Amino acid sequence: MHLRFNLLLGGILSAVVVLGGIFASWLTPLDPIMSADLMNAEMPPGREFWFGTDAQGRDIYTRVLYGAQVSLAVGVISQLINSFIGTALGVSAGYWGGWWDDLVNGLTNVMLAIPSLIFALAVMAVLGPGLSSLLIALGLTNWSWTCRIARSSTLSLKSQGYVQAAKTMGYGDIRIMFGQLLPNMIGPILVMATLGIGSAVLSEAALSFLGLGIHPPTPSWGNMLTDARELIVIAPWAAIFPGLAIFLTVLGFNLLGDGLRDALDPHMRTRRV
Amino acid sequence: MTVQPLLDVKNLTVSLPAAGGRQHGIVRDISFNILPGEAYGLVGESGSGKSVTSLAVIGLLKKPLRTSAGQIVFKGTDLRTLSSRAMRRLRGDRVAMIFQEPMTALNPLATVGRQIAEMFVLHQGKTWKEAHELAVGALASVRVPAPEQRVHAYPHQMSGGMRQRVMIAIALACNPDLLIADEPTTALDVTVQAEVLKLIQELCTARGTAVLLISHDLGVIANMCQRVGVMYAGKIVEERDTYELFSDPWHDYTKGLLGALPRLGSRQRHGRSRLVDIDSIIDDRSRLTERLCFEPRKLRAGAEVRP
Repeated sequence: MHLRFNLLLGGILSAVVVLGGIFASWLTPLDPIMSADLMNAEMPPGREFWFGTDAQGRDIYTRVLYGAQVSLAVGVISQLINSFIGTALGVSAGYWGGWWDDLVNGLTNVMLAIPSLIFALAVMAVLGPGLSSLLIALGLTNWSWTCRIARSSTLSLKSQGYVQAAKTMGYGDIRIMFGQLLPNMIGPILVMATLGIGSAVLSEAALSFLGLGIHPPTPSWGNMLTDARELIVIAPWAAIFPGLAIFLTVLGFNLLGDGLRDALDPHMRTRRV
Repeated sequence: MTVQPLLDVKNLTVSLPAAGGRQHGIVRDISFNILPGEAYGLVGESGSGKSVTSLAVIGLLKKPLRTSAGQIVFKGTDLRTLSSRAMRRLRGDRVAMIFQEPMTALNPLATVGRQIAEMFVLHQGKTWKEAHELAVGALASVRVPAPEQRVHAYPHQMSGGMRQRVMIAIALACNPDLLIADEPTTALDVTVQAEVLKLIQELCTARGTAVLLISHDLGVIANMCQRVGVMYAGKIVEERDTYELFSDPWHDYTKGLLGALPRLGSRQRHGRSRLVDIDSIIDDRSRLTERLCFEPRKLRAGAEVRP
């Protein structure tokens, strides 16, 4: 019951956010940028503007939908890059050991020592603002925990009987990594990835807030919050709805990761045979 | 007429580097051979080097252990001279291995069918579809009931005996020339032990697969093997036909092992009233010379069997 609930709620929340982003242009008649109309500025939520309007009179419902595109693209793609780098480095370091392990370990420690947001800031400063540099900045700076987990899982799995047995059956290193190691560590990696999507969405918001993320007027939940900061007393809805969107996205992906981890584990499945 | 041995181990030494550049001999200068289709047993207590010998044969010694001298000639080629790639192709295909622990030797996240099928894909270049059909047959050959359904089962859904059968199916999938069985039944209960041993014996006899059986259970060896090597402190101290070994052991250590074996029936008929106790444990190997190999430990016939 618990298992289904996590998977279901996480799946629904994530699906709503993803579909909202993809079908934004069908779900709202307005344009997120060109709909600015100072006559409608700071309108509270109502029948015409479901989530109210911001200081420029743009519909917040529309901008939240379009903002999902940017935030999700940044969150998902940068986390895919992180997971890939972290897992590849962690598994290879743990499996082969030796100088490669020392090198990866040193690199991981350096990455952990530098606050990832500061590192991302530095990368953004070099590359300049924009979606692609945001992806690179967040994708290259957040893999250290995944790497740690992949490495320690590899070390413990390596001594398992079935990894040893696989060697006596003539499996090569790559086959062992993909067949024996990765499936058995996918749970923690997946949970790290879903947590990472949440934190990437937040990092995007933070970088946009500092003016290094997505440039206005393109809407992202981060720069919407930045804009709303000045209106927090007179038009709180301008901050509430993008904030809520971030909250529900992070919650949704975390629950989804939790549910997926349980669903992928055959021990949790009901017996079939 | 002499038959060419399938596996001919000559003067094999496995050593562990110790402080000061010295080498501890874990396995010291042992030689034995296995004929095609023969079952050869290696017995000895824990730490005598049985498992290390088998890992040396299959080329999977863990660092810092290494084969420092000798030859391992398998079908005319010295395995020590093979590249790691060639060795990998040999493993599972020509030389297969089964382990003591069936509970952990299977990947918990793959169905047993897939794990058997992978052997056909890996070594015989079959497609997954063909391999899955072969897997059903392989599972049937180790007498797992309802193999068509069981191929879809995960290891945790099977008992220890069933898992060991699956391991045997995987090991024998490619009809290897040599099966190394490292204490294959130690983790199983006695009735299942007998079934699994019988299965190994029958399948290997039918396919002409030679078996290197490693055990500390003399009863198992007596049932399965034509010849036995008794290992002690990294050396083969006695190698005989199984029947001769049991009827007329000549090395003190072998006598000790046989004397420590409880037997059914009248004690007097066997000319003793108590089990033999072999004193102490193996001494620090590095100080043992050839001559002193067994002397520090005395047989104490009739000594109290300690709890």
